[in-house]
Amino acid sequence: MDTPRHINFDYAAGYPVDPEVFKAMAPYFTERYGNPSSLYALGVEAREAFAEAQIRVGELVGAESPEREIFFTSGATESNNLALKGYAFRNRRKGNHIITSSIEHISTINITKYLERNGFAVTRIPVDKYGVIKIDALKASITDETILVSIMYANNELGTVEPISEVGKITREKKIALHVDGTVAVGKIPVDVVDDNIDILTMSSNDIYGPKGVGGLYVRLGTVIEPILQGGGQQRGLRSGTEDIPSTVGFGKAAELAKRRMPDDSKYTSGLRDRLVKGMLNEVEDSYIHGHPTKRLPDIALVRVFGIEGEAIVTELDREGIYISTGSACASKTLAPSHVLESIGLNEIQRHGALQFSFSRLNREGDVDKLLSVLPGVVKRLRDISPVWKFKDRFLEMYTSEEEEEFEQF
Amino acid sequence: MSQYGSMGYTEKVMEHFRNPRNVGEIKDADAVGSAGNPVCGDLMTIFLKIKDKRIVDIKFMTFGCGAAIASSSMATELVKGKTLEEAANLSKQAIADALDGLPPIKMHCSVLATEAIEAALKDYYSKHPSKS
Ligand SMILES: [Zn+2]
Repeated sequence: MDTPRHINFDYAAGYPVDPEVFKAMAPYFTERYGNPSSLYALGVEAREAFAEAQIRVGELVGAESPEREIFFTSGATESNNLALKGYAFRNRRKGNHIITSSIEHISTINITKYLERNGFAVTRIPVDKYGVIKIDALKASITDETILVSIMYANNELGTVEPISEVGKITREKKIALHVDGTVAVGKIPVDVVDDNIDILTMSSNDIYGPKGVGGLYVRLGTVIEPILQGGGQQRGLRSGTEDIPSTVGFGKAAELAKRRMPDDSKYTSGLRDRLVKGMLNEVEDSYIHGHPTKRLPDIALVRVFGIEGEAIVTELDREGIYISTGSACASKTLAPSHVLESIGLNEIQRHGALQFSFSRLNREGDVDKLLSVLPGVVKRLRDISPVWKFKDRFLEMYTSEEEEEFEQF
Repeated sequence: MSQYGSMGYTEKVMEHFRNPRNVGEIKDADAVGSAGNPVCGDLMTIFLKIKDKRIVDIKFMTFGCGAAIASSSMATELVKGKTLEEAANLSKQAIADALDGLPPIKMHCSVLATEAIEAALKDYYSKHPSKS
């Protein structure tokens, strides 16, 4: 195995499975292959493993009755589908209005569009320049018809953490259900479903070094959802399909590790992130950090470089074995610009130069230093051929936008 | 191994992206043209020196992805020394072919170059109506 080690700042795209997680999963592929529905010993073993995973995942988010409140799905996308469609369809007699934000993950956006096509009214509340939802707008948009509010715990592009406990107070008082997409937050920062009055919570396994293909959904006792898959009635009828025990065990182990490692990991990744951000803002003129200066995830940074395009930077860094991501339209599957960057007020030219960094516990200080040694040269080369950089004043005039601010924290 | 590298680009694309030809500005250009790509927002500006209805010098600047930069570079190579008529007939397919292909989703990037050339020729004819 002497392939040169690559440097990854795009863990959000996919995390490696932690070796301890992998080890915990292994026996469930071969020896302990039982089906929890079977009555004999092999089935009991599977049932116990499943319950153990529910408890571990439940503990990570403060669920009070994990064995009745934690469900496993095929991933965060399915969890969001089950939460939103399952709640909306089951409770439509109470009302047809759903409130969400303009910066939700694409899965939530597309599910709420689907619900609109099926007779629901959806309000997408705006965010400020840091990507924090406008609480007043949320309050103002509540009607007698509102049955569900769905807001992400933290934004995957900006790293901004949303004021979920404030939202939870409002929804609890108004007796509206609160769904929270915790995909990038759970396991990275403390999330407590009881303290925050969260009724339904989407969780991802891979984002905490668990296997892909499995996700979680917390559904508070008393919150009624209808299944979106019809089948054999597994998982208390809410999610049919034979339980994937190896993946579930892996997710459980990952949750246990995340809970234990959170303080150290958070300190470690935020240290690397700050080093990178500080370095970039110092080394690259006309670069900006976005997202909230303090209310943010430890492991995500969005830095924007003016006058050049992100995909070209990604392509250059790939040659150096450095992997990053960009919010540029050119790099997306649909060629659509990032709706999140649009929501915080960035114009087309600015969005083009957005670089997204996501760190993991596997990154090293040397990774950051290597990036900082390579990036200024890449930026200079691309700026040298960029008309937007050369005729900057003209372009800035064409695309006037809100004033740009340096990151206050640095 | 696929003919495309890790970013989905051919070696030719990567070579032109890394070492673009004819980059820069011609201060006393006879024609200048700009084009923006409405699909993804890439921008290109092209400068021409024209003598006897022939492009004797060409320079470009591009703000865009790897495909946009490589297509711009290739397009300038393809029309340098050519007559204005030949330049006007340059197709996006010819640019993509000369680069050994572009990823399907990036085909629109080569339009940027043909449109910038078109805009520059329009600029030239508007300044020299007799020569059209
Ligand atoms: Zn492009």
